[in-house]
Amino acid sequence: MTQLNDKKQPALSIKNLTKVYDNSFQALKGIDLDVAQGDFFALLGPNGAGKSTTIGIICSLVRKTSGSVTIFGHDIDEDFSTAKQYVGVVPQEFNFNQFEKPIDILVAQAGYFGIVASVALERAEKYLKQLGLWERRNDLSRNLSGGMKRRLMIARALIHEPKLLVLDEPTAGVDIELRRSMWEFLQEINKQGTTIILTTHYLEEAESLCRNIAIIDHGTIVKNTSIKALLKQLNRETFIFDTREELTDCPVIADYPTILVDGHSIEVEVLKTQSINEVFVALSEQKIDVISMRNKSNRLEELFFDMVEKNLSAKNEVQGDE
Amino acid sequence: MNNYQKWVAFDTILRRELRRFMRIWPQTLLPPVITIVLYFVIFGQLIGERIGTMSGLPYIQFVAPGLIMMSVITNSYSNVVSSFFGSKFQRNIEELLVSPTPNWIILLGYVAGGMCRGLGVGAIVTLLSLYFADFSIHSLPITIAIVFMTSLMFSLAGLINAIFAANFDDISIIPTFVLTPLTYLGGVFYSIDLLSEFWRNLSMINPVLYMVNAFRYGIAGITDINIFWSFGMVGLFSLVLFFSALRLLENGSRLRN
Ligand SMILES: Nc1ncnc2c1ncn2[C@@H]1O[C@H](COP(=O)(O)OP(=O)(O)OP(=O)(O)O)[C@@H](O)[C@H]1O
Ligand SMILES: [Mg+2]
Repeated sequence: MTQLNDKKQPALSIKNLTKVYDNSFQALKGIDLDVAQGDFFALLGPNGAGKSTTIGIICSLVRKTSGSVTIFGHDIDEDFSTAKQYVGVVPQEFNFNQFEKPIDILVAQAGYFGIVASVALERAEKYLKQLGLWERRNDLSRNLSGGMKRRLMIARALIHEPKLLVLDEPTAGVDIELRRSMWEFLQEINKQGTTIILTTHYLEEAESLCRNIAIIDHGTIVKNTSIKALLKQLNRETFIFDTREELTDCPVIADYPTILVDGHSIEVEVLKTQSINEVFVALSEQKIDVISMRNKSNRLEELFFDMVEKNLSAKNEVQGDE
Repeated sequence: MNNYQKWVAFDTILRRELRRFMRIWPQTLLPPVITIVLYFVIFGQLIGERIGTMSGLPYIQFVAPGLIMMSVITNSYSNVVSSFFGSKFQRNIEELLVSPTPNWIILLGYVAGGMCRGLGVGAIVTLLSLYFADFSIHSLPITIAIVFMTSLMFSLAGLINAIFAANFDDISIIPTFVLTPLTYLGGVFYSIDLLSEFWRNLSMINPVLYMVNAFRYGIAGITDINIFWSFGMVGLFSLVLFFSALRLLENGSRLRN
């Protein structure tokens, strides 16, 4: 308990974590990660990078091969009972009994944490209401929609009021409106002091929610920094220009790499040190009318692909294949 | 977790188990009752009349304890095996695995659930059997003790089966190829005195024989074998199964990954 009051104590600390699955596939190749108390942390990476494996180990659904994990200073091996009390997890895949009612699922989950039914019922009501599921509390869980099922898992993860909430792609399959309200909900919980770690494929999610970020690829952390610092590093943006007239050849703009996407649009890469004005000037000179312009993709996404690609090519150099 | 919290966790698992088999009672409670009534009608009354006596008892009185025991065994076993495997299959076992509930509590919770079903069905079947055969109880403590231990042992066995099972076939293989032969050859329907020496000796390695005989002794006061042996065997088997099941849960290689 004294450790808990120590603000310097990270909420999560992972040291040299490796995981080799039974089929001898190495999913994690020595991961180090610290997440501070109160942080809103994103774990980003392409499919198969090792995000779910990492989360599985944190909440002891996956056995690690080596390394250590401590939660608020409690080692998950030596002090598993305390460590588990601190963690709530929302897994990537549905893992509740489809034939039970949401209310029963929540009360049972609380019971497994030693919380008596009367307290559990109050909390279940609170979280089901906050997550808009109270009306459906007595339905068969199987009959809930995908988004509702995901929210049910969030409520279940919160029922023992963990200090660290871990969500594995919480907004997968959730519509935009609902995603927004889920974000607000998570931000509110974070504000009240819960440390949150989430994995996501929606990069804008990480950008708008999280303070710090780790990018993981092929079982290694390729970047671990704050979102702000990461965005500062971003020195290149790609814009798409839509043109009025049909283009047959790709226009040449000095110093600005340009690709012809189709007859009515081109992609132009612009460095932070350059100016879009020059692109317009060059296009005007070539009598090309621009009717609209937009970012090709999320800025973070570009950075992310950069990084993952670099990681891949670095590996290719070493291994010469893959 | 303090002791009270552990108790809450145990209570939660047990209630969930009770709720499960009560909710699906047409699959869990009704079939054993129907089966056992058929057994009573066919073996007890129709064929039983012609068989006459077995070990000095009217046949129906001889088979009744065996049939009760059989329903306790199959229901204890199948409750745990299907519930635990079901929660592996739907992955809601993960709700327990992420919680601080110790493995021995998980074990006790599921086993207690299996025992409730096994003993519950046993009680219903006993009431029904009173309609077909009247029997007095020779020794209530022995009757209760053996039925309790049998239910415990087969609940544990069901749990082990479920931990190993990777698909639905795996949870029907053991009941079909091991449990059914053991019960049918376990002295439910006949006294092993009828067998030649070789088969009689072979029967002695069948744990079900010990349980059925001890139970029959408790009710009717007759047995083919020494009932101290019975308690010893069932106790030993239960201990071995308990620690094996606990080890499998602790080791977790079949649950966590
Ligand atoms: N039980 C398993 N046995 C063998 N390999 C596995 C197992 N689970 C995962 N893997 C492998 O480990 C690697 C990492 O998987 P993981 O689920 O951690 O990826 P992820 O980053 O969560 O991906 P996604 O974004 O698709 O969810 C993948 O190559 C996957 O195939
Ligand atoms: Mg994943």
